[in-house]
Amino acid sequence: MPTPPSTDAAPAALPAVAAVVPAAPERPLTGPLPLTRTPHRLPAPSDWTFELIEQYHDVIRHTAQRYGLDTYPNQLEIITAEQMMDAYASVGMPVNYRHWSYGKEFISTEKNYKRGAMGLAYEIVINSNPCISYLMEENTMPMQALVIAHAAYGHNSFFKGNYLFRMWTDASSIIDYLVYAKNYVAECEERHGLDVVEEFLDSCHALQNHGVDRYRRPARKTLAQELSARKDREAYAQQQVNDLWRTLPRQAERAEGPAEARRFPDEPQENLLYFIEKNAPLLEPWQREIVRIVRKVAQYFYPQRQTQVMNEGWATFWHHRLLNQMYDDGYLADGVMIEWLKSHTNVVYQPKVGDRGYSGFNPYALGFAIYTDLKRICEAPTDEDRAWFPDIAGTPWVPALDHAMRNYKDESFIGQYLSPKLMREFRMFAILDDDKQSEIEVSAIHDDSGYRRVREALSRQYDLGSREPNIQVWNVNLRGDRSLTLRHFQHNDRPLDDSANEVLKHVARLWGFGVHLESANGKGDVTKRWTVPAPAH
Amino acid sequence: MALQSIIDRRLAGKNKSIGNRERFMRRYKDQIREAVRRAVDGRGIRDLERGEEVRIPKKDLSEPVFHHASGGVREAVHPGNQEYIQGDRIKRPPGGQGGGSGKGQASDQGEGEDDFSFALSKEEFMQVFFEDLALPHLVRTQLAETPEFKTHRAGYSSDGTPNNLHVVRSLRGAIGRRLAIGSGSRRELAELEAELAIAQAAAEAGDAAAKQALPMLTERVTALRERLSRIPYLDPIDLRFRSRVKVPVPTSKAVMFCLMDVSGSMDEGRKELSKRFFILLYLFLTRHYEKIEIVFIRHHTQAQEVDEENFFHARETGGTVVSSALVLMDEIIRARYSPSEWNIYGAQASDGDNWHHDSGRCREILAQQILPMCRYFAYVQVAEEEQNLWEEYTQLAQGQPHFAMRKATAADQIYPVFRDLFKKEGAAQAA
Repeated sequence: MPTPPSTDAAPAALPAVAAVVPAAPERPLTGPLPLTRTPHRLPAPSDWTFELIEQYHDVIRHTAQRYGLDTYPNQLEIITAEQMMDAYASVGMPVNYRHWSYGKEFISTEKNYKRGAMGLAYEIVINSNPCISYLMEENTMPMQALVIAHAAYGHNSFFKGNYLFRMWTDASSIIDYLVYAKNYVAECEERHGLDVVEEFLDSCHALQNHGVDRYRRPARKTLAQELSARKDREAYAQQQVNDLWRTLPRQAERAEGPAEARRFPDEPQENLLYFIEKNAPLLEPWQREIVRIVRKVAQYFYPQRQTQVMNEGWATFWHHRLLNQMYDDGYLADGVMIEWLKSHTNVVYQPKVGDRGYSGFNPYALGFAIYTDLKRICEAPTDEDRAWFPDIAGTPWVPALDHAMRNYKDESFIGQYLSPKLMREFRMFAILDDDKQSEIEVSAIHDDSGYRRVREALSRQYDLGSREPNIQVWNVNLRGDRSLTLRHFQHNDRPLDDSANEVLKHVARLWGFGVHLESANGKGDVTKRWTVPAPAH
Repeated sequence: MALQSIIDRRLAGKNKSIGNRERFMRRYKDQIREAVRRAVDGRGIRDLERGEEVRIPKKDLSEPVFHHASGGVREAVHPGNQEYIQGDRIKRPPGGQGGGSGKGQASDQGEGEDDFSFALSKEEFMQVFFEDLALPHLVRTQLAETPEFKTHRAGYSSDGTPNNLHVVRSLRGAIGRRLAIGSGSRRELAELEAELAIAQAAAEAGDAAAKQALPMLTERVTALRERLSRIPYLDPIDLRFRSRVKVPVPTSKAVMFCLMDVSGSMDEGRKELSKRFFILLYLFLTRHYEKIEIVFIRHHTQAQEVDEENFFHARETGGTVVSSALVLMDEIIRARYSPSEWNIYGAQASDGDNWHHDSGRCREILAQQILPMCRYFAYVQVAEEEQNLWEEYTQLAQGQPHFAMRKATAADQIYPVFRDLFKKEGAAQAA
């Protein structure tokens, strides 16, 4: 019988193993590690081959490791334009349940693409483990290099590092979950009929944006915790038993108020789909499961909706940094640089207000600018930077950026890192639009008195909470007609669009009884009501 | 180093969205059917089989979600300030808020937006068309599929399967190649051999120089012989195969007569119904005949041969004499379409209204002159009331297997007129 290794030897062996794999350092590096291999010029034809992608990927990976980018393992997949359109249509996921709205998406994408009205995205990347990046077959070799650096290292490290993704998404199980969802929905269609399932999914989709948790629910208590809590309660109750008090006349039982005064749920709830899944009286078990599936998928995409600027900016910053580093090391030829830089410039182009094609801020441009500016503040701070960013000015940039990527979402990221210099460069100005005034007002511009206001306004603009109406479950009429009341809490008196009535019909279908919606202004007064009667059963 | 994978997905899983597309089509069946109906009315009989652009109003497609309306207080940041300073007041730009500032789904509000339009493929178009006509599945597949192919010999080709190898041709080729490749060497060999014979003779005669040249000559002769022997007897490039090409089975020609009453009582709805009736017969014929001609005859009290446009869209008024059309059809057949060369099909649509003395004559013309020359004659009455024409035709139908008649007041009642026609075909295919 072989002798078991002594217990002393085991811990000693561990660090040795860890030393071999330096890929994921505990703390971010303070700067790029030195080049450890002798660089060689990579071939630069315009057509790609598998060997070439392999070679480029190898160098990109090595360069990314020198900057300490921590990623999920990468899986690069070559796909055709058609497959790209397929992926587009099913919200970028490789597999999803079937629904007519994805068909609509596909048809319009296909039409636009065939007419040449739009180019397809160069890449799609999926927040999964391993991280799947799609490379389109039409791309040239320099473009493939750009996509690999952008998606497989930029986005990938963001998915793995950002706190919202860490909290809300489970990269290792999403594909499996979607496979399950697809099969489950297909099974329901078979059992209950296409129309019924389709109608039901429509209703769930209408509430998709209101089917996410913004904060974690408290974890369910374990049995042990439950037991000890019970003991505490009993001990406390025992302490309260005092026969002396029994001699006092009992207070006349407080008339328990009018029954309606107590609402159900006690506190308003913002996750409408969750509330429906748990409380809608008439749903069949399969319907509850479908609500759950839609809710889970919405939750999976919730972080992406909140980190557009950060995520795209991060990926753009890193493809720019990595490819430039590779050029400096002597890997890349001039032609390759020119080609990817051309796409890069298109991607980060920011039209000005009033330009043709202006539609708000370009998240790529804004994000890229902020990260680049952050690096500048670290490396070459001005006096202004020292005043605005005392804690990062002059510190190593790699850890500063890493921190920024991990711990913020768009709203707080802009609120924290948008510098006066950038506001000047973008020539930002804030417009206040109050419908009670006949004119709109320039409330702040890029000057000393306006920096903070502009930054605050822009930050708020990226707050999902103010972009989407705040609608919560307010009450259920438990004693009467079981109708559900939702309440819209107005923000800055912004009214709800009348299409709300259409959505309410969907809510009524899910709830099974009548549904009311009240829109309440800042003072708590209801200014508008919508009502949809119970659907016919 | 971690194992990195690059996966080639290009061959796998195309058309993943087909299921979603089908669901989309299912949902908007009504709009699509309407579009197909309009397209059928607008198209000629001959170019029915192509796709069609379908437009669906955007509001029917919207997926509602809660969103803000304009109004209230909002502050938005824009890039590219040119002239403003704090406190400037600007006139509110028309059309709501000045640039929604990254508001994702503002697009399904507002008016004047384009409809959602997409293209139906040819197959999808025909599918919807057939559904409207309530065609049974067997017939649908018959019509939708391309006709069967027969293989024909078409000369020889240099590649093919061994069972098609043509031995004689291949060997003939081999001989030619051997001759061609070897000719130079053979000529040289002959010359050398002659030289060698002379040299040998000279050597025997005691010529020292000739004796010295002998081994060299012998060597060259052997080398040439070897080279010649290396020319293969049969080489892959000699192989010839019988070439076969596929050609569609229908090879004969047919003529289709469309007869329609255009008197005042035939309104647009009835004409549309008649058009479907003609289309169906035409589609059937295209599966079976290579060349089809269509003759349009319209009539009121007089018959007239017209083109398709006038056939369906011009309006006439007046009484009705059906026999005039039949007489004209008979004349045209005799003049242009000899029954020995052409397969003749007739399709007649009418609302059953006829001058009462004429109906008997119609029956006679059909029975004695037209039906004996026709492969099939179908009559559809696009109105409910039975008048004397219907009665006369009913008598006729009893004795004539290739005469079919039916009343149809909706598109899905048309198919039964042709039931026998398709049934026969199905039976023939099964046999």
